[in-house]
Parts: sequence; C-alpha cells; structure tokens
Amino acid sequence: MAYSLLEGNEAIARGAVAAGCRFFAGYPITPATTIYHNMLNLLPPLGGICLQGEDEIASIGFCLGASMAGMKVMTATSGPGISLYSENLSFAIGSEIPIVIVDVQRLGPSTGSATRGADGDINFLRWGSSGGLPVIVLAPVDVQDCFTLTLQAFNLAEEFRCPVFLASNKEIGMTRESIDLQKVATPGIVERSAAPSNQPLLPFGVDPGQQVPNFLPIGNKVLVRQTSSTHGADGYITTDSAAIARNQERLENKLLSAINRFSFHEHYSIKHTDTLLIAYGVSARAAKAVFKAQKRRGKPISLLVLKTLWPVPENVIQQAARDARRIVVVEMNLGQYIREIKRILPQKQVDFCGQMDGRLITPARITEAVDHE
Amino acid sequence: MNSLLNAARPPVLCPGCTHERITHSLDQAFQNMGLAGHQIVIVSDIGCSGLFDTFFHTHAMHGLHGRALTYAAGLKMARPEINVIVTMGDGGQGIGGAHLLAACRRNLDLTLLILNNFNFGMTGGQFSATTPPEAQLGSGFLSALERPLDICKVARCAGAPYVRRCSGFQKNLAEQIQDAIEYEGFALMDIWGICPGRYTKKNRLTPKMIDDALAKLPTMDGVVSENVRPEYGQHYRQLAAAQKKVSAPAVIEPQFTAPQTGRQEVILLGSAGQRVITAGELLCIAGLTAGMKTTQKNEYNITVLRGPSISELILSPQEINYTGIETPNVVVALDQEGVDRRRGLFERMTPKALIIQISGVNVPTSKARIHHVDLRALGVKRPDWALASLAVLAKLQQIITPQMLEAALKIRFKSNALDASLKLVKQVTTGKAA
Ligand code: SF4
Repeated sequence: MAYSLLEGNEAIARGAVAAGCRFFAGYPITPATTIYHNMLNLLPPLGGICLQGEDEIASIGFCLGASMAGMKVMTATSGPGISLYSENLSFAIGSEIPIVIVDVQRLGPSTGSATRGADGDINFLRWGSSGGLPVIVLAPVDVQDCFTLTLQAFNLAEEFRCPVFLASNKEIGMTRESIDLQKVATPGIVERSAAPSNQPLLPFGVDPGQQVPNFLPIGNKVLVRQTSSTHGADGYITTDSAAIARNQERLENKLLSAINRFSFHEHYSIKHTDTLLIAYGVSARAAKAVFKAQKRRGKPISLLVLKTLWPVPENVIQQAARDARRIVVVEMNLGQYIREIKRILPQKQVDFCGQMDGRLITPARITEAVDHE
Repeated sequence: MNSLLNAARPPVLCPGCTHERITHSLDQAFQNMGLAGHQIVIVSDIGCSGLFDTFFHTHAMHGLHGRALTYAAGLKMARPEINVIVTMGDGGQGIGGAHLLAACRRNLDLTLLILNNFNFGMTGGQFSATTPPEAQLGSGFLSALERPLDICKVARCAGAPYVRRCSGFQKNLAEQIQDAIEYEGFALMDIWGICPGRYTKKNRLTPKMIDDALAKLPTMDGVVSENVRPEYGQHYRQLAAAQKKVSAPAVIEPQFTAPQTGRQEVILLGSAGQRVITAGELLCIAGLTAGMKTTQKNEYNITVLRGPSISELILSPQEINYTGIETPNVVVALDQEGVDRRRGLFERMTPKALIIQISGVNVPTSKARIHHVDLRALGVKRPDWALASLAVLAKLQQIITPQMLEAALKIRFKSNALDASLKLVKQVTTGKAA
C-alpha cells in the first residue's frame, strides 16, 4: 500500500488519457482549469492534441469535429461554460457524436462564485439542451471515482455515441487526496463500433434490434455525412414523420433501455433500518461519515450513493428503498434530484437535506435531518 | 476528373441565386485539382449556404449557425491530410465573429468561403453584418442603424494570410477558389452575390453593380504578405513533438511512523502569497510517508494575490469521508485574514488541541493550547511562513516528524527550491536566524 497525492481534476485528466482520449479542447474557467493544464501536459508528448478555444462554444465545436474524425475527445468547464455548450450539446445528442464533458460545478447562478462548490447544475446537465433527449451524467465522489468514472464515461460515450457528463464539483476537482493507483480497478476500454469500410455508409442506419449506428470517421475512403438537422438514416434532411419519430425514440431508448448496465452506485444496506439516505457527489462523503456514526450510535441507517444520475437508475433506487419507510436526500443545491426520487417513490416519505451557500454540507447537518423528521 | 456534384440532390436554390454559380465553381475547382470526394470535407452551418454540403459527394459536417469554423478546426487538427472547405453566409460570419477572428489569428489550413449576399436569406431577409444601411429589408429601420462590416479588412487585421474579395459572377471564380484551397494556411474568400429570393425584392443589385462596388474598394487578391507565417497545424505538431513526457504520479512508500496514531485534522489559516496551498500539499505528502491517508481541501478567493487562503488537511489511518474540518487538532494562525474568515472554529477547539500562533496574528479565545512563534525574529520572509509553520509542527512532534517533513520536501521540490526549503526548515527548527 503506497499512495499518490492527486487532485480530482488531475485524476480526470489521467483517466481520460488512460481511456484513449487524444483530443482535448477547453477554455480557462475556475474550478475546471487544471483539467486543461493537465491535458496540456499529458497529450502533446503522446502525439495528442490539446487546444484552447476562443470561447467555450469553440472548445466544444473543436471536440465535435475531432470526434467525427474518429478521435476520443473531452472538454471541461463549469456552469457558465455549460451554458455556452448548450447548442452544441444538442448537436452531439441528436447527431450521436461521442464526447465526454466535465462540469466542475461551482456555486451559481450565473458567474456565481468561482472558488466555491455546489451541485447546482444537476438538472441543467440533463435538461439544458433543445429537444429534451437524454444524456448520461456520472457523478464522482472522490479522486478515485474521478479516475474510474472518466474511463467509464469514455466507454459509454463510445458505446452509445452520445455526450457523457462528469458532474464534478470544486470540492472534488480541486481537493487533493491520497489514492492507491495500484488498487484502482479499471474497466476494459470500449471503442465505437465500426461500420464496414468497403461499402457505402448509412451514417445513421441501424439494423433491426440495433440501437446505436455504426461509425466511420470523416476522412477515410468511405464518405461520411454528419448533420445537426433532422435527418434520416442517410444523414440527409428528412420530413418523413414516421422516420423522424423512429429516430427520436431510438435516441431516447438507446440510453433508457440500457441504464441497468451502467447504474453505478454504492449501497450500504443495514437490515431493518427505517431511513435510507440518498446522496451523490461530494455530499456522499459526509453522508458516509453519518452512516458510520449512526451505526456506532446504535441508530443505523442505510445509505445509497448514486454515481450514475442520468438516466435515473430507477431500479437501483427502488430496490434500495424497498424496506425503508423514509428517504432523506442530500444535495448541495436547493432540491433538484429529489424530484426524481419523489417521482420514483411516491409511496415513501421523502425529506430533503440541502444547502447552496458554497460550503460543504456537514455530517452534523445530515445527522440532524436524519434524527428530526 | 469527374464532377463531385451530387446528382441525386441538385441545388435547391431560388432561380438566379449566386450560390448556384458558386456551387459549380467549387465543383470545377475540385475537378481542376483532381480531388476525390473522400479527400474533402465540406463544413457548413445554417442558412442557404448551409445547404452546400448536400450538393457534393464529399465528407460533410453541417452544424450550428456560425460554428462551422470550430468543427472545421477539430477536423483539420485530427486529419491534417483532408481538404477542409467551410461555407458560411454573411449571417454565419456575423454570429460566428469570434470564431472568424480566431481562425484568422490561428492560421489553420482551412478554406473559408463566405457567401456574402448582404442579408439573411432563409429567415426572411433580415439585416446582417454586411448589409448596407440604405437597404430595405425585413428588419425595417434597424438595418439603417448599423454600419456594414468589411470582412476582408477585419480578416487582414486579425492576421489572415490569405484574403480575397470577389464577385460570384467572376469568370475565373473556379481558379480563384482553387488558389485559396491550395494555399497552405487559412484562406478566406468574401464572395459577393445576389439573393433574388429576398434581397433584390426591394433592393436593386446587379452583377455590374457588384463589380463597380468592388472596384471602389481596395483590392484583396489572395496572399497577405505581412501575415504569412507557419501553418498552425504543422507548427503545433512541431512544438508538441518537443514537449517532454509527463511521468506518472509519484508513488510514496510509507517509511515512517506518524507521531500521533489516530485521525489528525489541521487547518492552515493564512492569506494569499504565503504559499499556504503548497504547505498543505507538503503536509499531505509527509502524511503519505507515514502511510496515512490524506485529503487537502482549500479555500481562497478568486483574486490571485489578495484575500484569505485556507487549507484544511486531514491525515488518517482510516478512510477519510467528509473533507471539511469541524474540530481541528491543530490550527496554524498565519494571517489575520485567514483567522477572521474562520473565527467560529476557535470556540469548538478542545483543551487537547493546539494553536500555532505566528506573532502579529490575533486569535479568538479558545480552550486550545497556544504555541507562539515569532517568524520575523527568525528572519523568515512572509512567503515562507506556511512552510516554516510545518517545521514548527515537526519540531513539536505534532502531526509530522522532522523526518517526514524532510522526505516530503525531497519528493515535492528539486534542486534550488529543495535546498532553500531544507535550509529554511533547519533555520526554524534550530531557532537560529539566517
Ligand atoms: S433566399 Fe436568397 S440565398 Fe437563399 S436560395 Fe434564395 S436567393 Fe439564394
């Protein structure tokens, strides 16, 4: 057992490189900037590309171009940058361009506080694009998650050809932590599935039963069309409403139907407990401290730490909550994800423990919420 | 060479639209160059010029209004061997102004064709960045209020090495487009044309009038000698190849035993310029040399050299969950700004806890023991105070030992910085002024 000392942002950069990411573009913004710095150190010596865009719109635009040329791409920003990503995010969703997007969240709204943490973008990441189609959002809790979930994010982006967010937080990204790199379990690396390279490509064509179209990069022998417009399988604009409807459903179902395969979470279950604590992100650390303390106090509770937030891992939540009378949801905002919990568990008492003032939610505060209904 | 026009999808432009002539000239240029479809990607955005990618049998990427240059940059960096042709209208040029300026400054080998017809055709003839103020358009009197932009002048100022202004009716347009594509660097063509669907409904504009207007403007006919310089992609690859590979994160083997066994929480309360964050990192590394798990949570204002700077450090043999500190074992009071930001902390301190109080800093009353240190008297400069405070902790066998600190310095610093830090630590531990 020997540790290294890494901040979350560095772990994300190193995870990206381990996943095969060789293209990064970003625009400086606290608290995400050190991801860009790390990528700038890591990528060029590997023959990779790291660019600073003239703004966030350009940064994500560069990434979409490079992704269509076949590269694994990542960009990183914070709330104000996510706002600017929105139009291209819709493009990546609707036109199935793999990309990993890191949101090192800071206190909002708007420019907010650059050096204070929050989880205020959780619903924005899900809903901040035109069309309302789903995205994948993973939420790291610590530096180890920053590494492994980044690998998972790339795998998911490649497999499902969609944007995958890492919903980090200033309090994870800029916090240094010991990590035993030898012990970090890493998933195998997934590549987007390639179409045959000896016949014309239907860029959005799927076989029966297939949900994600095969990919060929722009620049090879076979011609590839990419478009942000409503398209048919051939990548040309279509007005065929049946084809449009089929495509929209596919874009939704390819993620919703597979969620059980990537419902990352930790469940600390104690039999016959009355209360289930649900937390994600940095607040899950305080929640875990409370879980341990309650056990010591002889007043055990159960704890569910969600690391996949979107699509909502409904099965995981339902199963974890099965025996609980009461759910306490902890969030570093004024109550966003709790809406999903209430939607999924209409028969349970769901209470909220949240705060959005730039400070971490303390274990004491969670304990109070657990103890007092 | 065969035409690359897509026979299945002939141009669907209004009769008389200059875009059609440009389509054929672009095709002619491709043919003259002997290019196959897969050697080209046409990147387009929104508006009538955004239909261009569908007219050709080439690779295609059609995206959001004004953003075509950004996708093109990613494509070109990833695939330097392909010819990247970007089409946009005067509308896309306006909304993507920042990208145009950046493309001129960057000098990546892209060919930008601006199909300039002085209005937004597709959406109903609103004014664009190039609309003359006297034009009668869908945006009413508003178009009279703004001055049209000279794209070529702007591009030139922004550093584009190749700028050409021409008429879409020009006989040698294909050759001119070919010249732009063949230029190794960012090449911009501002191609003036007529939009019968919208613009000439209420405004008179003929090929002759375009020629006359162009004749009055300074010629822009290709290479801008003062802007000629290495192409961005080649330059990037040249500089990137010279970058040193970054090593894997240092793995710190445990070799010491920490002076206290359980979980220890330390807060450094300082201000910007005292290198509080670096000292915090050193304390963590020192903890790792004793096999402890560690976390470092920092707080500071966005201003770089002003305001409080606070580092919360936890060293523990067990898993560390919550990274904040409620009841610290040790508080180091380095600066009033840091202390004032966390005044509430002191009343929670227990009699077992320790405050390292640097002379000149006032701390609120608490139950904790206080250890006074006069760093000024020791001749320690302010930027070294945080590091000096670690030496004090080591000397007191609190949290870390002198061996742990020395090992941490050797891991974190090299050459001169290492020598200076070791010297400083010695100076503090022996209590001898430098
Ligand atoms: S609206 Fe104008 S630019 Fe568009 S196709 Fe018609 S004439 Fe051409």
